[in-house]
Amino acid sequence: MTTARKQLHLAAHFPGVNNTTVWQDPRSQSQIDFDSFVHLARTAERGLFDFFFLAEGLRLREHKGRIHDLDVVGRPESLTVLNALAAVTERLGLAATVNATFNEPYELARRLATLDHLSDGRAAWNVVTSSDAFTGENFRRGGYLDHADRYTRAAEFVATARELWDSWSEDGTPRPFAHSGQHFDIHGEFTVPRSPQGHPVVIQAGDSPAGRDFAASAADVIFTRHGTLEAGRAFSADVKGRLAAHGRTHDSLKIMPGVTFVLGDTAAEAQEKAHHIRRQQVSPQNALLTAEQIWGVDLSHLDPDGPLPDFDPEPEPKLTQGRTRLGDPQEIAGRWRALSETKGLSLRETVIEATGRQSFIGTPETVAAEMDAFVTAGAADGFILVPHLTPGGLDEFVDRVVPLLQERGAFRTEYEGGTLRSHLGLEQPAARPVWKG
Amino acid sequence: MSVPPRLPHLAVALDTPDAPGPFDAQHYIRLARLAERGALDFVTLGDTFARPGPDALAVLARVAPHTDHIGLVPTVTTTHTEPFHVATAVQTLDWVSRGRAGWQADVSRTPAEAALFGRRPAAPADALWREAADVADVAGRLWDSWEDDAEIRDAATGRFIDRGKLHYVDFRGTSSTGEPFSVRGPSIVPRPPQGRPVIVVDATEDAARETAAARADIALVRAEDPDTAATARAELRARAEELDRDPDRLRVLASLPVELPAPGDAAGLAELLTDWHTTEAADGFHLRPADPERDLAHLVEGTVPVLRRRGLLRRSYPGATLRDHLGLERPASRYAVRTGEAS
Repeated sequence: MTTARKQLHLAAHFPGVNNTTVWQDPRSQSQIDFDSFVHLARTAERGLFDFFFLAEGLRLREHKGRIHDLDVVGRPESLTVLNALAAVTERLGLAATVNATFNEPYELARRLATLDHLSDGRAAWNVVTSSDAFTGENFRRGGYLDHADRYTRAAEFVATARELWDSWSEDGTPRPFAHSGQHFDIHGEFTVPRSPQGHPVVIQAGDSPAGRDFAASAADVIFTRHGTLEAGRAFSADVKGRLAAHGRTHDSLKIMPGVTFVLGDTAAEAQEKAHHIRRQQVSPQNALLTAEQIWGVDLSHLDPDGPLPDFDPEPEPKLTQGRTRLGDPQEIAGRWRALSETKGLSLRETVIEATGRQSFIGTPETVAAEMDAFVTAGAADGFILVPHLTPGGLDEFVDRVVPLLQERGAFRTEYEGGTLRSHLGLEQPAARPVWKG
Repeated sequence: MSVPPRLPHLAVALDTPDAPGPFDAQHYIRLARLAERGALDFVTLGDTFARPGPDALAVLARVAPHTDHIGLVPTVTTTHTEPFHVATAVQTLDWVSRGRAGWQADVSRTPAEAALFGRRPAAPADALWREAADVADVAGRLWDSWEDDAEIRDAATGRFIDRGKLHYVDFRGTSSTGEPFSVRGPSIVPRPPQGRPVIVVDATEDAARETAAARADIALVRAEDPDTAATARAELRARAEELDRDPDRLRVLASLPVELPAPGDAAGLAELLTDWHTTEAADGFHLRPADPERDLAHLVEGTVPVLRRRGLLRRSYPGATLRDHLGLERPASRYAVRTGEAS
């Protein structure tokens, strides 16, 4: 008996508003001009990627009470860009990150279903939640949700959206809907007929136990941060182990870690490029800022090429708003000090070494082999690639790695279907046959 | 009799009256390209939560890469939506269309629409339009919240932006139900090509007039005869002036239903538009075809050539942005002006 070769899935993350994206490079172009989006999306489609992925921003990040100015700042509203990209691509899936806290199910379900129609079945929604009052200051519904309520609201939001997507009959007749729950109490008629995919693909990125349960119950794709083989296998086993409880099969949820890559003609050249990129990502100013996030106090008097602070971090640092907390500050400071002492590293060198090393570094051959091995070992179903340059950061991967993945039989050589569900091998959700009101 | 110095503006609605809006992108692309062949200023596409149809802003974003010049003006409602999302979506439409975005602000009136959201009850028209004015106000501030030269990419200091050129808007407004709301800002989106996309308001209804006079670049007036349109135009201009606006920066277009079943009807429409224009009834026309596919073809092939021969319509686009077509200059950010005055 022969087992089918496991195929991997690929997605492209538009370089974002974070310090992964290198802007101090002569090849770096606009993060906002539509041409940049067109270039990246068309490159991803040329590489037969499953989908193109946009993150979301709802409030500019702040540090020490001022707008953070060291990284790329500013991005478009995702769904509008994706509708425009549907005009310049034909098969590529189009995934928008949209917050469930600062939207209402009726409007968002309608916008997503519209994208699915206008793209002939290529829409996806990355559901994120937020509980912070800081972001809420931009919204009239206000910001604050108890941490525990984030996922109950998100789960009810997704369930409500599915009720709306199911509300029209297959033959195009609107049927009334009514939803009454803890977070939403709405009724009426949806304005959009059932879309080509039935339901747009749902992506989820949470990592807590509640987030994993939510993904196992409601998501088609999970976007993880587990970029190493061991962590990936453990995560995959855990999340896929939760599927049966929701009556779902092992294959119905695709696990796709967000990963970075650096290619070189030789292993040594790739390592050298990787180090150069890390130095660009962690500028002297960014190194100080990262340390300030951990220490929770102003460190602008320190020399980034000098030693780490000689005092302990504040227990509850609050300098930074609108970005993910890195972890327990005391523990991180301890780890950094040990690293700095062992290797004789400056503050900046320590930050470079301790944060965000690239996931795959090597020749196209070794990167293709490692990615294939990662998927074959059950650590993931594919990858969401995060290039470090806008808009050319994916060119080399598509030109050099994709053909090698194809040679190995690990990646498609043409799109087989038209919809994102077909690229991902996901079943079309069954239409609700009869309205039972 | 004096003729208004400008050529009349010409815009067309892509809506299919009395039928659900199609969900086929090609339908809208065909229509927008036809309108572009006629060198019209812009197309509008209505939107409501009350009847089947697609999200209009999404449709016109989908159309944008298939067109080069025509202005794209979707309706986005303000009653049950978030001002921040509305502003950033319109701002993004301006980016993906390279400066051709407008926004027709409208309200959701019915209890049935309120029930789709379950957040607030339906409200009277006056309150809905006051809220719409607040939303248009905060949208304009968010569009101005990044100065044009905020992005500096200064390698020496490691700074991508000059944060002194990004501004909190700290807007306080009132929802249709009377509760206050606030928006902190700045926008998440850099200042778009037009600076501020063009705001359109249907000012036919009394309750919408004040909002149009205060916030619109283009006011639409549905009128049966030139006198009614001229009266509405005079009132809107007078009110804009009272609000310290230059009345010439508010264009009033007569919004007319048109039905052109036969090619010959197109010449008749040209006569009618010429008459209205000669009596200074309006700064231009927003035509609402009964059957867009049929009527728009007849309009572009029949009416447009007649108006061109009479010197009432341009033959090609002189500029790139919707503001260029309308002769509206690109506004400076209000925050940049303030900085300049202070220094």
